[in-house]
Amino acid sequence: MYTAPFDYRRAHDTQEVVTWLQEDPDNTKIIAGGHSLLPLMKLRLASVARLVDISQVAELQGIREDMGGLRIGAFTRHAQLAKDPAVREAAPLLASAAAVIGDMQVRNRGTIGGSLCHADPAADLPAALLALNAELVIAGPGTERRESLDAFFLAPFITTLAADEVLTAIVVPRMVPGAKSTYLKRPHPASGYPVIGVAAWVSVSGGRVEDCRIALTGIGPVPFRAARSEQVLTGRAFSREAIAEAAREAAGSGTLEDDEDGYKSQLCQVYVSRALGDIAQGAG
Amino acid sequence: MEDSRVVPVTLTVNGKAIAREVEPRTLLVHFLRDDAGLTGTHVGCDTSQCGVCTVLLNGEAVKSCTVLAVQADGADVLTIEGMEEEILHPVQQGFWEKHGLQCGFCTPGAMLTASYLLSTHPHPSEQEIRESLDGLLCRCTGYETIVRSVQRAQEIMDERRESADRETRAI
Ligand SMILES: Cc1cc2nc3c(=O)[nH]c(=O)nc-3n(C[C@H](O)[C@H](O)[C@H](O)COP(=O)(O)OP(=O)(O)OC[C@H]3O[C@@H](n4cnc5c(N)ncnc54)[C@H](O)[C@@H]3O)c2cc1C
Ligand code: FES
Ligand code: FES
Repeated sequence: MYTAPFDYRRAHDTQEVVTWLQEDPDNTKIIAGGHSLLPLMKLRLASVARLVDISQVAELQGIREDMGGLRIGAFTRHAQLAKDPAVREAAPLLASAAAVIGDMQVRNRGTIGGSLCHADPAADLPAALLALNAELVIAGPGTERRESLDAFFLAPFITTLAADEVLTAIVVPRMVPGAKSTYLKRPHPASGYPVIGVAAWVSVSGGRVEDCRIALTGIGPVPFRAARSEQVLTGRAFSREAIAEAAREAAGSGTLEDDEDGYKSQLCQVYVSRALGDIAQGAG
Repeated sequence: MEDSRVVPVTLTVNGKAIAREVEPRTLLVHFLRDDAGLTGTHVGCDTSQCGVCTVLLNGEAVKSCTVLAVQADGADVLTIEGMEEEILHPVQQGFWEKHGLQCGFCTPGAMLTASYLLSTHPHPSEQEIRESLDGLLCRCTGYETIVRSVQRAQEIMDERRESADRETRAI
């Protein structure tokens, strides 16, 4: 299957990407791993006059320590995230979410930046990155801005990113020492994308939940934090009762899609409860 | 058409450099089948699901129907035609001994997926083998014989490594 014809350019630095986007922002698109964009172009659901390939832009690659956290280049492939020792040490939650994206071949091509900018409501990484309080570094014409991931997703496939902006890096704070985390995904049997994905971490001190974060993907028009569940848990003993109560609050923390029959709220409750249960048992 | 002008690409396919002028929209699988004439790489779904188009791109398993030839410019590609050296590759031998194929349509992708797994996990568990086959759809085997073939391939790799070691020690 061929896509419609397009013009192809390979960029060598971020500035060049921005310049090319600026020339014709509405008809130009960045291609990273191409694992969301190319399937759409092949089905002719996306039409693009010019593709800008960012795979050779060194600034967009690599993972390094940054002020107590990690700075992950937008062009970092899922497979790299899953196995990178620094990610596994500082943010194991991110590594475990990356490890269950699609299949091995998809993980060898797809990138963290592509997944975030594509903003598929069923993407895995957004849940982990919301729970980790990640921040985005975005370059545009003559500017660089930082934005919390909390504010980035506006609607399915729509983010705050302007047509002439590039996501350059994702800054992930180091997880609280001793915190336990898990990413629990119920894959759709056909697509492999999550029907629901729950990312959670909990830090317990003196038998009480000192701090925690829980985020959900796949279940609503945008991924969201289960803030109400977090509130229920914080300061409480990490008990079965607390988990059950927190799980009941998950669905009400965000907007669900197609929940007329209550199935999605039920999934939220069950999967948040299982994820927290795994963490409590140290299996996370 | 102005947009569809061709661009030069050079790929090293199975050790041989192949330079062509291609339209940017040429997929890697088209390049391999139509430009390089290597039709061992199959197209199943053409929608990134089935993995029968899997090849190794700089040593990594990728679905060649979801990579543009221009994205692979300068890269090394291994296809099913490049697997066999003087004797069958351990993965080919494993599939042969354990009947890892029936119609054979998915087999090129299955074999490259398996050889990638064994290059990154020399001693995979059965669970790891099954997980690595997640991106491959086989309509015939039910996967059981593919799993056994990969396990056998791993043993053959170990056997060949051992006998190579013995030979070097003997010298
Ligand atoms: C068979 C299959 C199964 C999959 N399963 C899953 C799954 O289970 N879970 C999951 O989360 N995902 C899944 N995916 C999607 C996969 O993770 C994609 O790789 C990812 O969503 C997009 O990353 P990419 O690098 O391929 O982006 P591309 O396809 O190259 O780009 C996607 C979009 O983001 C834009 N973009 C990319 N990088 C930047 C940047 N740095 N700055 C600004 N804009 C940018 C592009 O212009 C484009 O609009 C699957 C894909 C396939 C083909
Ligand atoms: S033909 Fe490429 S994944 Fe099916
Ligand atoms: S052997 Fe027929 S599809 Fe796998």
